[in-house]
Amino acid sequence: MNTSTFKGGLHLPGYKEGTQGLSIVPASIPDKVYLPVSQHLGAPCIPLVEIGAEVKKGQKIAAGKGFVTAPIHASVSGQVVAIEKKQHPGGNFVDCLVIVNNRKEEWADTVKPNLHPGDLTAEEIRRIIFEAGIVGLGGATFPAHVKYAPVEGKKVEYIILNGVECEPYITADHRLMLEKAERIVAGLRYILKSTGCQQGIIAIEENKPDAIALLKKVVASDKHIRVQAFQEKYPQGSEKHLIYACTQREVPIGRLPLDVGVIVNNVGTAVAIADAVELGIPLIERVVTLSGDGIKKPANYLVRLGTLFSYLIAKSGGYTGEIEKIIAGGLMMGKAVFTPDIPVIKGSSGIVVLKKVIQKKIREYNCVRCGKCMEVCPLFLEPTTIVKLAKRGLWEEAAQNNALSCIECGSCAYVCPARIPLVQYLRRAKQAISVTRAKVKNVGGEK
Amino acid sequence: MNNQDNLLIISSSPHLHSRNSVTTAMRDVLIALTPALIASLYFFRLAAAKVILTCIFVAVLSEVIAQKIMKKEVTVDDYSAVVTGLLLAFCLPATLPLWMAAVGAGTAIIIGKQLFGGLGNNIFNPALVGRAVLLASWPVAMTTWTTSLDGVTTATPLGMLKGGMVEQLPSLWQLFTGNVGGSLGETCALALIIGALYLLYKGHINWRIPFSYLGTVFVLTALLGAFKGEGLWYPCYHLLAGGLLLGAFFMATDWVTSPLTKKGKFIFGFGCGLLTVLIRLKGGYPEGVCYSILLMNMVTPLLDRYTKARVFGGVSKHA
Repeated sequence: MNTSTFKGGLHLPGYKEGTQGLSIVPASIPDKVYLPVSQHLGAPCIPLVEIGAEVKKGQKIAAGKGFVTAPIHASVSGQVVAIEKKQHPGGNFVDCLVIVNNRKEEWADTVKPNLHPGDLTAEEIRRIIFEAGIVGLGGATFPAHVKYAPVEGKKVEYIILNGVECEPYITADHRLMLEKAERIVAGLRYILKSTGCQQGIIAIEENKPDAIALLKKVVASDKHIRVQAFQEKYPQGSEKHLIYACTQREVPIGRLPLDVGVIVNNVGTAVAIADAVELGIPLIERVVTLSGDGIKKPANYLVRLGTLFSYLIAKSGGYTGEIEKIIAGGLMMGKAVFTPDIPVIKGSSGIVVLKKVIQKKIREYNCVRCGKCMEVCPLFLEPTTIVKLAKRGLWEEAAQNNALSCIECGSCAYVCPARIPLVQYLRRAKQAISVTRAKVKNVGGEK
Repeated sequence: MNNQDNLLIISSSPHLHSRNSVTTAMRDVLIALTPALIASLYFFRLAAAKVILTCIFVAVLSEVIAQKIMKKEVTVDDYSAVVTGLLLAFCLPATLPLWMAAVGAGTAIIIGKQLFGGLGNNIFNPALVGRAVLLASWPVAMTTWTTSLDGVTTATPLGMLKGGMVEQLPSLWQLFTGNVGGSLGETCALALIIGALYLLYKGHINWRIPFSYLGTVFVLTALLGAFKGEGLWYPCYHLLAGGLLLGAFFMATDWVTSPLTKKGKFIFGFGCGLLTVLIRLKGGYPEGVCYSILLMNMVTPLLDRYTKARVFGGVSKHA
């Protein structure tokens, strides 16, 4: 079969051997979970329970105002003992509801299976998805119900389920596709129904032939769903590039996938949706790959949200030696965190622990204009040009060079022979441009 | 807290690097130049060794001294000065007095590279700056050629072509293998092509500049040759003779001084080709590779500015 892809990008070492053959195992449940009030893109939640309250598993304990938000549910039954600031995988400190597990595993009354899921209307499905607190589980954590909400004048032509998983080390989605293929397809059918869309595509990278074969078998009789294989190339899993590879459509700068008639979701999100629609279970656990050369026993865990990284690491036999970095997410786009005492949240697809390597001091050069960053940039940007402008604080010029289009995939910094931390400068430029533009807007508004 | 004794490193993503570096790239360039180096030592013997070693030694020394004076980190361990020294030596005649070679190497590094701010900031190819200065300062010494193996004074094939000494011209085969008069590293086309293929394979150079450069020279000389009633040998001769292959593959493709954009690379190569043919056929010199590349180096920033690619999701300017 001819596999599609996008232009640019690069081939990365996969480092997936350590965990791709390991079945998902339920991680043991800790005595305490820490649930941040912000686990999604959008308005943070406000706690609905007092300190000291007894909560049950699946009970809604925090909810936000407005449309772009997602409620938080208790991932264990027990008592809320505190609301304290804790470091979030995103880097900053966020209020966390701390629940002490009473080990009773009692479900909340609201959690009950839906006897006739087939009879639900599109709106009812979207309501369930919202109530279940489901967000994009690929890492972006955008509330799912927002994506499915109908927008006037825009037709959804394709729903793409993203099973590409192009980040090194991470195998959570791969295992999910092998072990919960039926649930993924069930979830996709609900998404199709909730959006009135006729065509579903399950997108998988060529390096997972077993998942491709299995899902093809599952959807063989369904004329609305097809499985499509993609070249193994980074960042194939990027939303815009997956859309391009599937449909040859480019999402215009500053626009959304829906503008080209496409909605993209992670395969894990589809499973969560199937669980919510059929079983009434809100999002309280997810699959997390714990891997890296610094961890004794890498694994794919089914983890209750709010479990600390340090707890999982201890359960995996601890470190192999001295540790250099712990990364929330993958090697290319994940965030290096400064402590393992941070909770797993809805967007945590992986934890990568890297051991200390003694290396020669890396010398950062001036740009030698090799142009490699431009060859690999999937957005066809000139990373080096933008970074040179950013170094001089010329934000408007950086914006003219489309700095805001950068998806921070890290391809440019990966290939740069001058070892310039391009992504760091690009991120700085994007932030500064947004701040400057907001200021201009405010000044304009005051007049 | 256990992170007191085991401090974690925080850094921006990505947390993975290809291990590409300036050093590995320069090392690959040196590997690619090795066939030409061997050919040069074979044809010009001890004379070649002396000039090459002088150039490399002075280039490295100048870089150390310049960086010390400017209180910068000394970066000679990245081999970039070695590459400059070697490339300069490759476009010098075997008989050049060593002190002149030394002046050329010093000029290349200090004026061509360090005064601009070091690797990455120079606007001209440093080795070619060194050669241009030598050619302007000591034109006779810079154009006294010997035949490769026996060391008898001779004209270069391009010189013969320009002087109308068509009967004496060496064969295309001799040009291909390198047994002709000329600069140290430019004579053996075979060795240069092997090296170029290696750099292309390694992805350090891109096909666009050499392709448009050589293509332009071939097409133009074929057309102009046809007017004079010459056959296909004429453009082939222009491709293989002189410093064209060395220039097209190893100097015009210099990262720092050539355009970044795809379109810019094509135009750059075309400009180099046009100027080379113009100088060779109409100019005062038999060879024009050096000046054509230096001239095109000057328009590199302009080419970059006006040939920006369409951004993903952006509208095409031509649509």
